[in-house]
Amino acid sequence: MIGLQIGKTVFRAPESERPEAPEEIILSTRNLSFWYGEKQALDGISMEIPVRQVTAIIGPSGCGKSTYLRCFNRMNELIPGSNLDGSVEYRGRDINDGRVDPVSIRRQIGMVFQKPNPFPKSIYDNIVFGAKVNGMSADMDELVETSLRKAALWDEVKNDLKQSGLALSGGQQQRLCIARALAVEPEVILMDEPCSALDPIATTRIEDLIRTLRETYTIVIVTHNMQQAARVSDKTAFFTVGESGGGELVEFDETHRLFTTPSDPRTEAYITGRFG
Amino acid sequence: MITLGETGTRFHTIYRRVVGRGFATATLTATLLGVVMLAVLMFDVFRDGAHEVDGDFLTSYPSRFPEKSGLRSALLGTAWMLGLTAAMAFPIGVGAAIYMEEYAPNNWLTRVIQINIANLAGVPSVVYGLLGLGVFVRAMELGRSVLAGSMTMSLLILPLIIVASREAIRAVPDSLREASLALGASRWQMVSRTVLPSAMPGILTGTILALSRAIGETAPLITIGALTYIAFDPQGPMDLFTVLPIQIFNWVSLPQKEFHSLAAGGIVVLLVVLLLSNSVAILIRNRFERRRY
Repeated sequence: MIGLQIGKTVFRAPESERPEAPEEIILSTRNLSFWYGEKQALDGISMEIPVRQVTAIIGPSGCGKSTYLRCFNRMNELIPGSNLDGSVEYRGRDINDGRVDPVSIRRQIGMVFQKPNPFPKSIYDNIVFGAKVNGMSADMDELVETSLRKAALWDEVKNDLKQSGLALSGGQQQRLCIARALAVEPEVILMDEPCSALDPIATTRIEDLIRTLRETYTIVIVTHNMQQAARVSDKTAFFTVGESGGGELVEFDETHRLFTTPSDPRTEAYITGRFG
Repeated sequence: MITLGETGTRFHTIYRRVVGRGFATATLTATLLGVVMLAVLMFDVFRDGAHEVDGDFLTSYPSRFPEKSGLRSALLGTAWMLGLTAAMAFPIGVGAAIYMEEYAPNNWLTRVIQINIANLAGVPSVVYGLLGLGVFVRAMELGRSVLAGSMTMSLLILPLIIVASREAIRAVPDSLREASLALGASRWQMVSRTVLPSAMPGILTGTILALSRAIGETAPLITIGALTYIAFDPQGPMDLFTVLPIQIFNWVSLPQKEFHSLAAGGIVVLLVVLLLSNSVAILIRNRFERRRY
């Protein structure tokens, strides 16, 4: 059923129109494994994420896709007892190198979370938070406007910027969180199931936004929803739970190819709804 | 057609309703019991003491003549002690709470410290008085000063402030910490700009309760040797002092009936001081709550 619907989806960038030049890689992992205490969450994942494209990560619950995403901005290291093996590289540099400051990584690699989490402050203060903590000396009013415009929220909130971010609807809150992430001018935006707490209309707006942002930013999105991956992404990775109990990468390919002619039977089984 | 089922269902419905109402009544009684007792006590004290409270009562020093006696020095002593205690206990207590919630590694040493602090909240106040006498008054040679008294009082209320602040900090959702860090905030920026503003109302509530306790405590101050008869104003932290509860206790212990009514007047003043200082703290807290929407 799901496979059928995906079959009908019009893919935005057919292979023939794409230049075949080698892609510029911005993020990569080599043999990345991760443990929460004794429990393995990721098992030897090697993957290269191209610049200014949308890369989707799909897979069943517990396959480690969120954990994988959070390795890119070192959010996992906040969890006590967690352990990482292998390497994560951002523009060829190992981000887990002792000399790398996680704060500088997070400034360049922003994140949008599963549940909208605006600060209990005004819309304005939500946007300028990142600029302030990073000591950016931008014109704050202008920063607020451009960030909200980029996140397609400006027209809805321009008259009440002093209003609490929590007073917005769920979809607006999530766009506020995206605007807040954009305000620190990152290169990459990690999105951890950004629409899972939203209704279909709000979801559509976020998806439209992702397609626009793709021109300027590299986006890595984790999603439960296969149609969403098919709609918004250029490349898709399929994860599953391996024998170790940790997530494994099964297949990583151009989105249209992964959904129409998957090379691994497990991918095919998942996208046609036979498991997961 | 909806059937209610077999026999007994109707009885069960009534039974549940009765139990439900009974429980509500029981909780209401529990609430009223406390409130009524307090009201009776207040009424009694006000009837005995309200007529004593006037300008002279507040501005006169204690005297052996009841009609000339006042609680000027005790009132000033309480104000000094409260101010110094708040200035010391609040930053130390909140600092300790921040460390334990945001920075401390989760190991056995941290857990031992946490359990001990929780237990310290239950140590009798006279024990703190003995500690203050040994450490602040004698070893540090601060004498029977208002500073030594405030330091003793700070020790007494620190566990209360720490425990309340930790609860308030823990109640800040992790999603806000993650949002802050993901935007490139350092740990300190996350704590100061995200966690503390959200936790501040709870921290202040705990501090208010702790300071209210400090206002009423007598035993530790008597232990460190706060005087009962002071006929001058405390001018600085190193001066001798007394506080309202000690003055009240002193009056109650005298045989003349006139002094007993002065004691009731002192209690009225103590209650007013307590309510005033609490309302200031509540105003500050409300400002924080408005700021976080």
